[in-house]
Amino acid sequence: MTTTYRTCPRSGLQFEKQAETLMKANAFVAVVWLLIGGLLAIGVALTRWPAFRWLEADTFYMVLTAHGIDMLIFWIIFFEIAILYFASSTLLRCRLATPKIAWLAFALMLIGSVTNNIAVFRGSSSVMMTSYVPMMAEPSFYLGLILFAVGALIACFVFFGTLVVAKKEKTYTGSVPLVTFGAITAAIIAVFTIASGAIILIPTWLMSIGVVKEVDPLVYRTVWWAFGHSSQQINVAAHISVWYLVAAVAFGAKPMSERVSRTAFLLYILFLQLASAHHLLADPGLSTGWKVVNTSYFMYFAVLASMLHGLTIPGAMEVAQRQKGFTKGLFEWLRKAPWGNPTFAGVFISIIGFGFLGGISGVMMGTEQLNMIIHNTIYVPGHFHATVVVGTTLTFMALTYYLIPVLFKRELIAPKMALWQVYLFGFSMYGFCLVMMGAGTLGVSRRHWDMAFNGAALAYEWPGAAYLMMALVGLLGVIAIVGGAIFVLLTVGSLLIGRKLEDGAVSGSFTPLPRTAPSAVAQSYGSMGFAAPGTFTLAMVFLVSFVLYYFINWKYLSTLWGLS
Amino acid sequence: MSAILPPAERLWYKHPIDRVEGTWIVIALTWCLIMFFMMIGWHVWGSQNLSTETYRITPDKFMAKTQAMVDKYKVREETAEKIPVVAPPPGSDVYLLGRLWSFYPILELEKGKTYRLHLTAMDYNHGFSLQPANINIQMVPGFEHVVTVTPNQSGTYSVVCNEYCGIGHHKMVGRVYIK
Repeated sequence: MTTTYRTCPRSGLQFEKQAETLMKANAFVAVVWLLIGGLLAIGVALTRWPAFRWLEADTFYMVLTAHGIDMLIFWIIFFEIAILYFASSTLLRCRLATPKIAWLAFALMLIGSVTNNIAVFRGSSSVMMTSYVPMMAEPSFYLGLILFAVGALIACFVFFGTLVVAKKEKTYTGSVPLVTFGAITAAIIAVFTIASGAIILIPTWLMSIGVVKEVDPLVYRTVWWAFGHSSQQINVAAHISVWYLVAAVAFGAKPMSERVSRTAFLLYILFLQLASAHHLLADPGLSTGWKVVNTSYFMYFAVLASMLHGLTIPGAMEVAQRQKGFTKGLFEWLRKAPWGNPTFAGVFISIIGFGFLGGISGVMMGTEQLNMIIHNTIYVPGHFHATVVVGTTLTFMALTYYLIPVLFKRELIAPKMALWQVYLFGFSMYGFCLVMMGAGTLGVSRRHWDMAFNGAALAYEWPGAAYLMMALVGLLGVIAIVGGAIFVLLTVGSLLIGRKLEDGAVSGSFTPLPRTAPSAVAQSYGSMGFAAPGTFTLAMVFLVSFVLYYFINWKYLSTLWGLS
Repeated sequence: MSAILPPAERLWYKHPIDRVEGTWIVIALTWCLIMFFMMIGWHVWGSQNLSTETYRITPDKFMAKTQAMVDKYKVREETAEKIPVVAPPPGSDVYLLGRLWSFYPILELEKGKTYRLHLTAMDYNHGFSLQPANINIQMVPGFEHVVTVTPNQSGTYSVVCNEYCGIGHHKMVGRVYIK
């Protein structure tokens, strides 16, 4: 097949024509879903703000269903497919395998996502993203999700095929780059995720059209979560790969140790999926042993992996900065980091928020007994907005600012505003997640239209602090939505009216990928040691917060009714 | 820019580890193991562990058992809907069901006494969220979940449904009195 390769003069990256168009299409549709999900977020935030309670109950539940699906599935997975093509075709300087099939995948995902949303907005599929049976949505709700999943699965195999092409055509020597390795992790998790989704959504769809009589509610919950939570694990692997990518392009940072970083990704492949079990900790019918082994990712080995990435990424940045001469004290490297670059700033805000807010709260919810004080409270969305919005979405936004000149060949309009955008969005989401977790600690339910229980025979009066925190959820949510809107404006604006940048040299064949120079840490092994003391200090601050908060929750649990 | 380039060393798994990373691996792994054994330890030394005693049940059978308890131990009725308040003796089997969109019946239990609380959902999934204690348990249709509870404070508790169950979800609140 004939194709061309363009070498970007701004980044030195080499884009293959077919892959480039597909990346653009997937990333663009992703941003459209982010826009739709963001508009829906206005309805959710202003309704959960007790003083406003803006939408009617039925509209609220419909909007909440759509917000969850559009953000958690469509926005993120479309963007991730673009990242998979980037991590294979662009980073390995290789043609994309079977571009026509990749377009088929794109079409299926697009048709599926639109079909699903039409079903939701017709109003009789307000079943939330989880759609627990026996509550039923319209058949096209499930059919849309199934089509989308099949499309995403095909795209994953295009990614794997591209790896094979690169190997065969010898576009690189040795092992694949670390970022590609992380993307492979994400794609393997994606295959597991999508297969689980198919296993449970196909019978549920058949049940909705009357072919299958019953899907067991507990079996549904168990298998659905192998899809529902695992899809968020794709995000973790994908956005951590992007963190390594940004560390490389913003600092020229080298991984401190390829062995540590890659082993951490391997631990994800082996253990990350098990955590889906934490959604079932409050369920009947599952044994304690099953719950403990699974919810802890088998002895917290995937938590270990995340703690390793959390150290090695800032650590690599620190080593790179120190080599540039920023060696004063523990933190000169961090003070002199490129805080004026939205790509770096966004990623760093994301790393800290993902670790401190998302990571720690995730372990709390996933602790078998502590789950009883958290299950289905608004603490849960507090947690996953810290992981999925602060972690994944903010990272993807930061990456988009990098890709606009590099991939879309446009100059970013209003770069200062892009910088403000990541700070505004990131910090308002920090606050948003914190007050949500605060309200959840007081017991406030998630997915609930009216915390005042108007019209209920036996209404419960939440403490005043819960009302205050839910008002702050609304307020900070609105601020974050403004931040998100600025992102969409800047992105779409840059694509439409941003100054066109030159394509760079086009050639009919790829330039083989060179190997990296041996890293400084590797060369100095055993003599220098302790290459990133600042990062280590940050890691210890993290550990102390983690330990304290963990035992505070146990203390809280110990005051409850006796349960056995 | 090596995270986006193939590694310099042919065998990445022989790449040396800096002391910062080595130290952190030891610390992090230790903490992970502490957390793991904490969960197991709480089953031995702690007194808040969720029971796993579960039976398959049909809504009719569960309703029959609940109604038998109501008939035997009813002490009064409350609210315009005349929801029965039931005061079963300590140590007995107590039934609470969630349905669209109410909990049935209202329970009156004694502080410091132990009861076998049977929970189920009659139709869709529901949530048993006991407030202000903040104990949250999933109610799944078709499954009877038996939880042994020992209330440790007297007062009026509410049971809020915290699993979305349709348009009346936000009105689904029940009550438990502890004397």
